Amino acid sequence: MAATTTVPSAGPIPGSRSFLSRLREGDEIARLVTFLFAASVVLVTLLLIFELWQGSVLPRHKFGLLFLVTRVWDPIAEQFGALPFIYGTLMTATVALAIAVPLGIGAAVFLAELAPARLSDALEFFIDLLAAVPSVIYGLLGVFIVVPLMRDYVQPGLKNTLGFLPLFSGPAYGIGFLTAGIVLTIMVIPYIISVSREVLLSVPRDQREAALGLGSTRWESTWKVVVPFARGGIMGSIFLALARALGETMAVTMVIGNTPTISASLLSPGYSIAAVIANEFTEATGDMYLQALIELGLVLFLLTFVLNGLARLLIVITSQRGSGRAHA
Amino acid sequence: MTARLRWRKFVSGFMLTMTGICALVAVSVLFFILGYLVYHGGRSINWSFFTKLPKPVGETGGGMANAIVGSAKLLVVASMLGVPVGFLGAVYLAEFSGSNVAFVVRYAADLLNGVPSIVIGIFAYSLVVLPFKHFSTLAGGFALGLMMIPITLRSTEEFLLAVPRALREAAMALGASKWKTIATVIVPAAYRGILTAVLLAFARVAGETAPLLFTAFGNRFWSPGWNQPTASLPVMIFTYAVAPYEDWHRQAWAAGLVLLGLILVINIVARAILARGIAVPRA
Repeated sequence: MAATTTVPSAGPIPGSRSFLSRLREGDEIARLVTFLFAASVVLVTLLLIFELWQGSVLPRHKFGLLFLVTRVWDPIAEQFGALPFIYGTLMTATVALAIAVPLGIGAAVFLAELAPARLSDALEFFIDLLAAVPSVIYGLLGVFIVVPLMRDYVQPGLKNTLGFLPLFSGPAYGIGFLTAGIVLTIMVIPYIISVSREVLLSVPRDQREAALGLGSTRWESTWKVVVPFARGGIMGSIFLALARALGETMAVTMVIGNTPTISASLLSPGYSIAAVIANEFTEATGDMYLQALIELGLVLFLLTFVLNGLARLLIVITSQRGSGRAHA
Repeated sequence: MTARLRWRKFVSGFMLTMTGICALVAVSVLFFILGYLVYHGGRSINWSFFTKLPKPVGETGGGMANAIVGSAKLLVVASMLGVPVGFLGAVYLAEFSGSNVAFVVRYAADLLNGVPSIVIGIFAYSLVVLPFKHFSTLAGGFALGLMMIPITLRSTEEFLLAVPRALREAAMALGASKWKTIATVIVPAAYRGILTAVLLAFARVAGETAPLLFTAFGNRFWSPGWNQPTASLPVMIFTYAVAPYEDWHRQAWAAGLVLLGLILVINIVARAILARGIAVPRA
């Protein structure tokens, strides 16, 4: 160790050369150019927030926070309330998560704990591909497969068995909250499986071995040791899926029914924030109308912003904990 | 074996089977759906789909030639914005920046990545469509390019950082300046990864619909130049699928198959490029 400290530093070390020599060799220019591009990413993001804020000045001043809790959406009278859309967005996302979370985590546990590595990797490859399928294609499949299925089989079945619940009352149109939720389920499941599998695989092996060594069954070691260890990361995957479900536009627009109603029934048609922007933005006449739609965009942005932040935090915390223990 | 142990073993076997069923259900639903698309799209596709313009409402036949070209043009504009900004920004992050600046840029990129695509559409509308006073290929390409930036940036950075330190030091020791080291040693060493990143970003925006609705808008004819509203495959799928005409539905399926085929091929190619080469482990 001592020998290395006695060696005199030979030749230029990056960072020790003078500013002028770095300028001559083009380093400073390269740094400046790349910096401008990196900075433009920050600028664009700030500009986006600014535009959303500035673009929704009229309705923000006129309605204030009432915008969020009013149920009237009347472009002709210039009365705008976001409640039906927020309701629809949250409702469809809830349905999607209620189905996708157990199914996705179950599948992830299978892929990470039980399936042979080759099968697991092969399935993961296909699941990654499915995550790349564009939403308009899921919408297309939703319109022509899910909607008829729901109208002819699932919804009448639900009404016959559980029709006494307000959740499943009303006529079966095929379109509506439940259908949109199911299409969203199909869209977000690849995310949940993919991320959860990753964090489950990162749980150190000795955790499993310790549990098995103490005499627990395979399932007990999985459910009481491995899954709790990866809890944060799994929560992260759920938040990611939620953020995606909230912001999803095309697939929801195509099957939700596009009616601004608030109904307890999952079978009734509704509307979501993203869908109303997609449908009405180009037809919006008058500043107030357009800006109300932009304010909806702002609401949606804030919702996903918070959820994404939480998701990232949870994933980082879990993966740090996992790798830290693994090295110890 | 005590009754309790037998019970525990039963629970274990039962629950593990359930997880297997979950995996089976999830994967088979997804496969069924894609299989259906391939089946239906394959029956609907024909030559005129690629070569003809859309027919007026009510007439059957025609194709989506203008939408295919429109999508290509949009993606050219998007790549011209997304690739340089993402790539050079990543070079700055990986090679030049201090940790504070890097944190801010990464944060902004992650934020941008999480913005719902419809909101990106609003942004492009107020930034490009409003000043130019009409919908255009440029506006649509801008919106898509914006979405490419964070994906390209974050993964390019990861691949640049994965280049072994020894390579950098070797180049420096030979007297190369820093930018020369980057241009001739580091970037070539990471080029497979970077190519993969760019391709994945490209595939991701190729299917985006929501940001195009009020930027590129749509067009039933050819869109000359870059400053006119243009048709695009994803928007065509949307319009045709929700319209009440039988023949439009057929064409929506065909367009869906073409779009999906394109995206899946790019994805598989990208992964193949990455898998064959690069000895750097993914972080």
